[in-house]
Amino acid sequence: MSDSLLWYTTRGAGAVTLILLSCVVVLGILSALRVRSANWPRFLSTGLHRNLALMTLVFLSLHIVTAVVDPFTHLGWAAALIPFSSYYRTLWLGLGVISFELLLAIVITSLVRGFLGHRAWRAIHWLTYAAWPVGALHGLGTGTDSWSAWMLAITGACIAGVAVAAVMRLTADSADQLASERATFRAAVDRREVR
Amino acid sequence: MSTELKLVVDRIKCDGRGLCAELLPELIRLDDWGYPILAPGPIPEHLRALAQRAVEDCPVLAIALRRAERKQ
Repeated sequence: MSDSLLWYTTRGAGAVTLILLSCVVVLGILSALRVRSANWPRFLSTGLHRNLALMTLVFLSLHIVTAVVDPFTHLGWAAALIPFSSYYRTLWLGLGVISFELLLAIVITSLVRGFLGHRAWRAIHWLTYAAWPVGALHGLGTGTDSWSAWMLAITGACIAGVAVAAVMRLTADSADQLASERATFRAAVDRREVR
Repeated sequence: MSTELKLVVDRIKCDGRGLCAELLPELIRLDDWGYPILAPGPIPEHLRALAQRAVEDCPVLAIALRRAERKQ
């Protein structure tokens, strides 16, 4: 395989990873918000969220492996696995490694969610809100194509999409239909305990 | 004869997301507040895969497959 092909693959897979990961984050927020309609059942958000997340890991692996085996970069496996150990763009590559390892933890814990229990799984899943911006920053900081118009458009769209979804989640009322009933019930229990 | 399975809902964990009823409307419908009502009896053979998916996709892990008591 020619060196330039490896290098193009690294860049392309990186861009695809950003797009897929942003879609996964948005879908995750949609399912937390219980978004649904006649044409968009809730299991669609959940199913797409899971399958695209696995797809993201495939492209992310491609991104990392092609970067490491590219003889021109001679990064070495340690640089791909140990944050900030790379001689080349130490900070930006380190951010990429951190994002990758967080995502790996998030996916693995999701695959064994049934054994882990909901609470522990959820705590780890919140790390997505660290993994996504760190990964996006890695792309902006070290991407060969970062400042080309098409890549700026892609990055901008990804940031905008995730930002809108995150704001929706922050500002949305509880999607729990019985939220007020639960609150009333808990308050009643508390009053009884105080007396 | 293979083991008969049934679905059980943990009413404490369940917060009425309703995915299970979308995935398995043959056996699960929702009450007015969005909480599942299960059809009685074991899961028919042809619905097992869907039941499995309903269990795996529950956002709060509130539904599970259990071995059904078999009538002699």
